[in-house]
Amino acid sequence: MCLNFSLNGSNHLLLSLTSMVHNASFKTDVCPVGARNCSRSCGSSGAVTGAGGGNSDVQWCFSQVKGAIDDDVAEADIISTVEFNHSGELLATGDKGGRVVIFQQEPESKNQPQCRGEYNVYSTFQSHEPEFDYLKSLEIEEKINKIRWLPQKNAAQFLLSTNDKTIKLWKISERDKRPEGYNLKEEDGRYRDLNTVTTLRVPVFKPMDLMVEASPRRVFSNAHTYHINSISVNSDCETYLSADDLRINLWNLEINDRSFNIVDIKPANMEELTEVITAAEFHPNQCNTFVYSSSKGTIRLCDMRASALCDKHAKQFEEPEDPNNRSFFSEIISSISDVKFSHSGRYMMTRDYLSVKIWDLNMESRPVETYQVHEYLRSKLCSLYENDCIFDKFECCWNGNDSVVMTGSYNNFFRMFDRGYRQDVTLEASRENSKPRSVLKPRKVSTGGKRKKDEISVDSLDFNKKILHTAWHPLDNIIAVATTNNLYIFQEKLN
Amino acid sequence: MNATTAMEVNAEARRILAVSISKLYASRTQRGGLRLHRSLLLSMVMRSARDIYHSSREIEGQSDAQPTSEPMETSSDQTVPEPQPELQPAVNAAEPPSEESDSEDEGCDSDIAEDKENMSPTKQSRKRRGKAAAAPDFLPSKRARLEPGEERYAAQLGSCRAGAAESLTALSLNLNRVIPAF
Repeated sequence: MCLNFSLNGSNHLLLSLTSMVHNASFKTDVCPVGARNCSRSCGSSGAVTGAGGGNSDVQWCFSQVKGAIDDDVAEADIISTVEFNHSGELLATGDKGGRVVIFQQEPESKNQPQCRGEYNVYSTFQSHEPEFDYLKSLEIEEKINKIRWLPQKNAAQFLLSTNDKTIKLWKISERDKRPEGYNLKEEDGRYRDLNTVTTLRVPVFKPMDLMVEASPRRVFSNAHTYHINSISVNSDCETYLSADDLRINLWNLEINDRSFNIVDIKPANMEELTEVITAAEFHPNQCNTFVYSSSKGTIRLCDMRASALCDKHAKQFEEPEDPNNRSFFSEIISSISDVKFSHSGRYMMTRDYLSVKIWDLNMESRPVETYQVHEYLRSKLCSLYENDCIFDKFECCWNGNDSVVMTGSYNNFFRMFDRGYRQDVTLEASRENSKPRSVLKPRKVSTGGKRKKDEISVDSLDFNKKILHTAWHPLDNIIAVATTNNLYIFQEKLN
Repeated sequence: MNATTAMEVNAEARRILAVSISKLYASRTQRGGLRLHRSLLLSMVMRSARDIYHSSREIEGQSDAQPTSEPMETSSDQTVPEPQPELQPAVNAAEPPSEESDSEDEGCDSDIAEDKENMSPTKQSRKRRGKAAAAPDFLPSKRARLEPGEERYAAQLGSCRAGAAESLTALSLNLNRVIPAF
């Protein structure tokens, strides 16, 4: 395990840290610690000035949309997870059919230096298949719940993908050369007649069409009784955690036949069950720290150095409930659906049904910032309960320099909140706004009686069109937004 | 809270209970097995609905309210008792859980109508009971039992209303066993 101290933002610490890292042989083309203003010349493109700054500056325009056009959505095509890799060059999506599709960004062209490269399909593979648990007479869904990329160590790329029960480590490698000129074999593989071999030659590598291969390197199974909801790779790049409803396990990436249980909240008597784990994540810099969120709206931070079993939390983050907002559904809407650390590691963000909250790790009593995503739904909770929408699990994400956060909503709307400028914007991912480089117009939901022009009333919202999964490029202002079965890519307007 | 609002709250609570029960029932057949998180949230909603229902009925009882209109009762009558008989044969067919009892899918069906599995693991039979043999044996014991200390609320109003109330109390009394031995 390495680098046990945390970045506190001081330049001195940052520079000495980056110098340590840069002296190591990292074959990435990205500043490994994601330094925003890295002045060390490491040949990386880490420093992106003005990225994701004030919302007043940034305009978003449509770049691409991936997926079928027709409205009849095949269940297997429903996107269930979206994740950029650490450099942002690759974008992975998982779907309900157990497939993973990876897009690669084209290098910036000389002709259009202002336009960032497009994402095109790089690799597609079937990660998980439906399985049947005969002991419990249960079908195990092949839906990909989460994908997490490993930091790149060599030419190949690695990612972890998980369904409800099994995690797999995939190696994605390129092959663009093949050996030719064997002595004993013809080019098509047939063995040559030995009598015809009169000279010997050394086979040489000749270029071939690029082939991207995905192969499963490890399969981590049989460690979870309940449904896996999260996986998170540790900053030590040796271990990762997987969390289900009641337990969190720690794995070594090299060892797939055993894992350590580090959190267990299963009560002795299941009748006393009051909360479940909903998400978990490792701290981005401290390899001993992780957090997990619960269905009760609390987040617990645990330190693995304290004990082998981290049932006792080091910190518990909880905001007291507002008694005015009490209803039948208070418990459901306070359940946290996603938790994400900021890139700096100083803050974490949680998403519950109606809001996004930003917590300072140093303050457990309440969040430092709260943003209402769609407060107008508070009076509609009963209908949302009946049509099951209240159980939707929205995710959230940070931009590269932690200044803006983004999350999805209904009617294919997604919201961005600028923490610095205290502004927020609602945008829509739809085919109507899909002309290349067309600027997205901010949308507004009318809550009062009078509906202005271009506003949409709450009752007209389409609750079948939900954006649950969004991802932000780690360095640039490029976002990937998943509607039910389409993936939209938006870029910052550059002039 | 006066009688009128108590009645409205009561009707709302009954409706939510009915919706929750049908969701709980439907979640058993969905692909991937029972979701623990979802079942937990459903049971919490049902618990609050049940508490509000009982407290509003107390208030109603105190203020001696008149019977409510027919349409409201018949709709809730139909939705609420329906899941219950459907649950019973489904539980008959379900295999009794083993001691480790991580079987989520039968957790919820056996919870509402009976909690035999939770009470005494030693008495569990690991044999799979045939449907035909099970039906007569199980039927009496599948009726919801009252917890010690709780008493049935007397049916003060019309008979159809009492029917709905009883089935609701029967279903809701075992709410804390919605998520049994998983």
